[in-house]
Amino acid sequence: MAILEVRNLSKKFDDVQVLKDISFDVNKGQVIAIIGPSGSGKSTLLRCINQFEKADGGEIRVCDADMLVKDSKGRTVYADAKTLRDIRLKIGLVFQNFNLFPHMTVLGNIIEAPVKVLKMPKAEAVEKAKELLEKMGLSEKANAYPYELSGGQQQRVSIARALALNPEILFFDEPTSALDPELTGQVLKVIKELAEEKMTMVIVTHEMAFARDVADVVVFMDGGYIVEMGTPEEVFANTENERTKQFLSRYNNDIVSANE
Amino acid sequence: MTAEEIRKVTELLLEHLLPTLKVFGFTLLFSVPLGMIVALLKMCKIKPVSWLTNVYILIMRGTPLMLQIILVRYLIPILRMNDYTPVWLYNLLMEVDIASENYLFNMIIVAFVFNYAAYFAEIFRGGIESIPKGQYEAAYALSMTKTQTFFRIILPQVIKRIVPASSNEVITLVKDTSLANVVAYAEITLVAKQQMQTYSSLTPLVIAGVFYFVMSFVLTILFALIEKKLNYYR
Repeated sequence: MAILEVRNLSKKFDDVQVLKDISFDVNKGQVIAIIGPSGSGKSTLLRCINQFEKADGGEIRVCDADMLVKDSKGRTVYADAKTLRDIRLKIGLVFQNFNLFPHMTVLGNIIEAPVKVLKMPKAEAVEKAKELLEKMGLSEKANAYPYELSGGQQQRVSIARALALNPEILFFDEPTSALDPELTGQVLKVIKELAEEKMTMVIVTHEMAFARDVADVVVFMDGGYIVEMGTPEEVFANTENERTKQFLSRYNNDIVSANE
Repeated sequence: MTAEEIRKVTELLLEHLLPTLKVFGFTLLFSVPLGMIVALLKMCKIKPVSWLTNVYILIMRGTPLMLQIILVRYLIPILRMNDYTPVWLYNLLMEVDIASENYLFNMIIVAFVFNYAAYFAEIFRGGIESIPKGQYEAAYALSMTKTQTFFRIILPQVIKRIVPASSNEVITLVKDTSLANVVAYAEITLVAKQQMQTYSSLTPLVIAGVFYFVMSFVLTILFALIEKKLNYYR
């Protein structure tokens, strides 16, 4: 069952076409890794699906609800505000810079949306938040403020915050790019555990080894296009595509030179 | 001045502390919410609204408060005497009892409120605009409404950021209340000036100065406490 269907999505910023003819599906329980050089449109794609940017053309369906469709006259139109909001509730997003609320404790950050948006009783929300924190290995940090946490801990709190709304699909926008290499591991470990629990996820990442390890499908984007899409083996080991080879070899070189 | 005279003057000034505090209190009470509205109007996406608001702020901050107080105080009396005032406006203005006790006080408050609202508006706007875009995006991603986002996420952070600038403004207001003496409002400075002439002594002015200093000092401590209280997060 497809949780997310994207068809022929396109997006222009002024005169620059940043997304061209993007089509892919995400099925329930699948993990999709989106890789590609900076400026290839990965983040814009995520921002279009998460309703931060308006796409110019194409279709997006989330959990069988139309978010963006072509009407009978062939124009691209968005669903009404209520549908868009319902769709947003099914989507979780983890930011590169965490974007935790600094004036709230860790627990406060996690229960804010369940209590205020879902109108969940506070006691229930707190209980659920504590379960999530335990899963993130942060039980003892429930009453800490974000500034007291390391980047890796903050990012795990922001993952818990997104999960507290029970999303059908969780998006990650370069979740480890703002972290020290030492802290990257703890965040990747949490994402990997979610993958093992069959959480549906779309991850924009520069961590090639991680993408290869955890993803069911790897999407390689460049210049606003999907250049190649396939299993990690197809993309990382057996690609025939020159552009993919070139991109990956640069990454491999970086890894080799970093190890020297 | 003799000790007895000093005691008498101090008591007299103490009696006129209330008019001073009234100007201070009412100005704060109205200019803070009005400043918030003005800040939101200036950030309004409708260009003429934000443009007009900006003109208002420029005038309020670009001309002396003393001049504004005099202008507001004599606006209605002068318009009544003016031959060019339209009849409907003249009739409306005749409704105002300019001889009443409250008239002078009300006009002073109007002048202070509109002036201070402009300053507060700029502080609030600066505070709101300093909140990172990511905070709005995180709230949006969590499906919070615009109202929830403003009151739950943005405003608490804005308050923390504007406390130092606001404390400056509030302490300035304590001393600015003395400007009301220009329209013969019986507050501390006016009375001190009269007593200076009565006794041919500078001592009443010094005592008035002590009054202002103590008030400013108390406010300084109060704001330091507020800042400390809001320091539980960074």
